[in-house]
Amino acid sequence: MTPEEKAPGTPPDWDSDWAAWAAAAKAEYPRAQSALMPFLHRVQARDGWLRPEALDAAARYLELPRQYVESVVSFYSLFRTEPTGHRTIHVCVSLSCALAGSDALLHNLEETLGIRVGQTTPDGSYTLLEAECLAACDLAPACQVNLRYVGPVPPERFQTLLEEEVPTREEA
Amino acid sequence: MKKLDRHYLLRHRDVAGIGTLKGYEADGGYSGLKKALSEFEPDALVDLVKASGLRGRGGAGFPTGLKWSFLAKDGRPRALVVNADEGEPGTFKDREIIEHNPHQLIEGMLIASYATRAPESFIYIRGEFLRGYEVLQQAIAEAMEGGYIGDKVLGTDFSHRMYLYRGAGAYICGEESALLESLEGRRGNPRLKPPFPAVAGVYGLPTVVNNVETIANLPPLILNGAEWHRQWGTEKSPGLKVMSVSGHVARPGNYEVPLDTTLRELIEMAGGVTPGHQVKAVIPGGSSMPLLPASKLDTSIDYESLVQAGSMLGSGGCIVMDDTTCIVAAVARVVRFYRDESCGKCTPCREGTYWMTDVLDRLEGGLGELDDLDTLLDVADNINGKAFCPLGDASVGFMVSAIRHFRDEFVEHITGRTCPLGARLYDTVNY
Repeated sequence: MTPEEKAPGTPPDWDSDWAAWAAAAKAEYPRAQSALMPFLHRVQARDGWLRPEALDAAARYLELPRQYVESVVSFYSLFRTEPTGHRTIHVCVSLSCALAGSDALLHNLEETLGIRVGQTTPDGSYTLLEAECLAACDLAPACQVNLRYVGPVPPERFQTLLEEEVPTREEA
Repeated sequence: MKKLDRHYLLRHRDVAGIGTLKGYEADGGYSGLKKALSEFEPDALVDLVKASGLRGRGGAGFPTGLKWSFLAKDGRPRALVVNADEGEPGTFKDREIIEHNPHQLIEGMLIASYATRAPESFIYIRGEFLRGYEVLQQAIAEAMEGGYIGDKVLGTDFSHRMYLYRGAGAYICGEESALLESLEGRRGNPRLKPPFPAVAGVYGLPTVVNNVETIANLPPLILNGAEWHRQWGTEKSPGLKVMSVSGHVARPGNYEVPLDTTLRELIEMAGGVTPGHQVKAVIPGGSSMPLLPASKLDTSIDYESLVQAGSMLGSGGCIVMDDTTCIVAAVARVVRFYRDESCGKCTPCREGTYWMTDVLDRLEGGLGELDDLDTLLDVADNINGKAFCPLGDASVGFMVSAIRHFRDEFVEHITGRTCPLGARLYDTVNY
């Protein structure tokens, strides 16, 4: 049974959840080789990041070499191999957003949260990341909180990102 | 420019509720598919698309019907892949179509699949489009429920399966062969061509890869015919285009326009440049394209005119920069994007984008040397046409054009030891 099929609030049973997700991902596409990334997305959506044991599970249940799993995970910027905060803030820094002040916005967030880009606040509330073009230049400076668009966020209105009514990972 | 009486691609702007199957059907949705299945043999549809002159809207502008006709004819099943990995800086048109008019995309995919005899189709959507992914999941489920996807579509002999697949943050996966690698569960490194996807694409099957907007063009095209499509634009660049306008304009957004619209008209539609300021430069087609100075604003956006003016239509991401923009900072930012997004497979792109970024950051920081401009152009020359895939070429176009048109501004950064506009885009701590 995949975690989605269980009663809400059922605590994670890590290994059997991973096995169920792997089986579901394999069945979802015409060829099983396409299952790895959908599997990783499911794990990360719940756990917030891809812990080493989850990558072991990917290798085991999808019958792939562990190094292969690692090589795929390391290629894609959305896959995280470190714990992330309840809210992951992506600030787009590509040209249109930069013209609208995305660097000052990032700076304000760094100052307020007391962390640098790439880091998570010690209390685990926020992870602050740069994003390359989010395809939302009409919302410049554009951001995402847990992959939900927020924008435009002018630098002086950085607080919006911390208060925004976007569900945390656990609530989503 | 012939004025549009309504939207054909951004239909949701005229008709509310079109995002659901019921709303879409109420506005005549899926009648293009019905017409295709009942009145056309697949080959006749390919001929119609050829006659319409529709060209790919993802960036390369390749004729769509011709692309379809390249599919290997050896009896193997074929596949259609829709490239929804929109991520070219300045471009955000596919996002709007996906989020607000998903059934037009699905209808177009079914038409294209019938025309190319593909029993399976795939949408590769970038990982950041979580909302778009959810909208498409819902829309595909509705379309299956409605009998548009599945066995014997609408009672005909055409059967079809549709798959939705999420990327995970990699601009390179917008390159079609890297996209196919990613779709097969691998790192998004581009493939050596040939074989082209038309011969060996997803899972080795003959595959057509089309952009979201290209596919969204099909339902109205099939309904109204090739001549209807040709009433807009020019002889060689007919039809409508969704242009994404951003940067220093009053109303950034998507504008659906005929392909003979000028850049000046487009900027006016977007509310004009920042009050009290002048346009300094425009990138007409996303950050991979050379910039055009203000003197070229009367250029039409059709593929040929933009090439003649020294740039390209690309994906239609029009970034407007006013006279407060430091061109050096803008170039540094764009080249940094390609450095970060280079897959690292080939040396010219991986190393070249790294060193260009390094030199540009120094220049913008007031620490440049006079021979830096020659270094930049030399590195660019060693990337352009020598990289494994188009990402390398994409990284140099804007920079080379900026040095050509704004050389003095680069030199001022060097001789003055600072940015003359004091408009540094970024904070040194973030390099």
